[in-house]
Amino acid sequence: MAIRVSVQTAAFSMDAEHARLMQGGHAAGGVGAFLGVVRGGAGLRALTLEHYPGMTESMIGRIAADAQARFGLLGCTVIHRVGRLVVGEPIVLVLCLAAHRAAALDATAFVMDWLKTRAPFWKREEFEDGRTAWVDAREADDVAAARWARDGRPG
Amino acid sequence: MEGVPVITILYFAWLRDRLGRSSESMPLPEGVRFVGDVIRSLAERDGEYRAVFGLQGGAIRCAVNQEFAGPDDGVRDGDEVAFFPPVTGG
Repeated sequence: MAIRVSVQTAAFSMDAEHARLMQGGHAAGGVGAFLGVVRGGAGLRALTLEHYPGMTESMIGRIAADAQARFGLLGCTVIHRVGRLVVGEPIVLVLCLAAHRAAALDATAFVMDWLKTRAPFWKREEFEDGRTAWVDAREADDVAAARWARDGRPG
Repeated sequence: MEGVPVITILYFAWLRDRLGRSSESMPLPEGVRFVGDVIRSLAERDGEYRAVFGLQGGAIRCAVNQEFAGPDDGVRDGDEVAFFPPVTGG
């Protein structure tokens, strides 16, 4: 089972990541996928994402490993971008390879829910009028992650 | 004579902006053994440190050697102690 984690400024290709994930996945029946993009509105122009190098990669790796164990994944890829990203640009890609649909989709939600609460990233908003502001954490993200907490949280 | 224990402190996001630095070395004062002691020690400084670590303690998260940590976790010579806001990735 291949876990691939990358935190990068560069854009990524869903097709290329999918092709890479499929290598050695002959028992696979499906790929769960989530592509997060910068949501616009309220005059937002861009986000700048910052992370804690080292800790971020290790936390995501643990979340992916937990997803593998819990859902029997055949592969898991998590790509998260950092730096300045304008409205509409991709931020995060999660791909979960599994034998069956339910495991692939549930694992994708599991990885995203924990990533939002346990991976050390921070977003700063940049508005059309030049204002900038750090984004506050959302309580709803903690609630979303807690629904998976039956076996404790990753890391 | 043994050297004074020193930790490296990292600041991220708005903490870094407000404190005007991303890292510093801090010799551990006598009796500082836990994360909570480090926070109290920083809150005793002047200016932004007092505001950030004194009043907004609940809004700050911590990691010791890149593992999430709380006030009761220990700190030792050579540790990397990071302070940051609740995370907002994804």
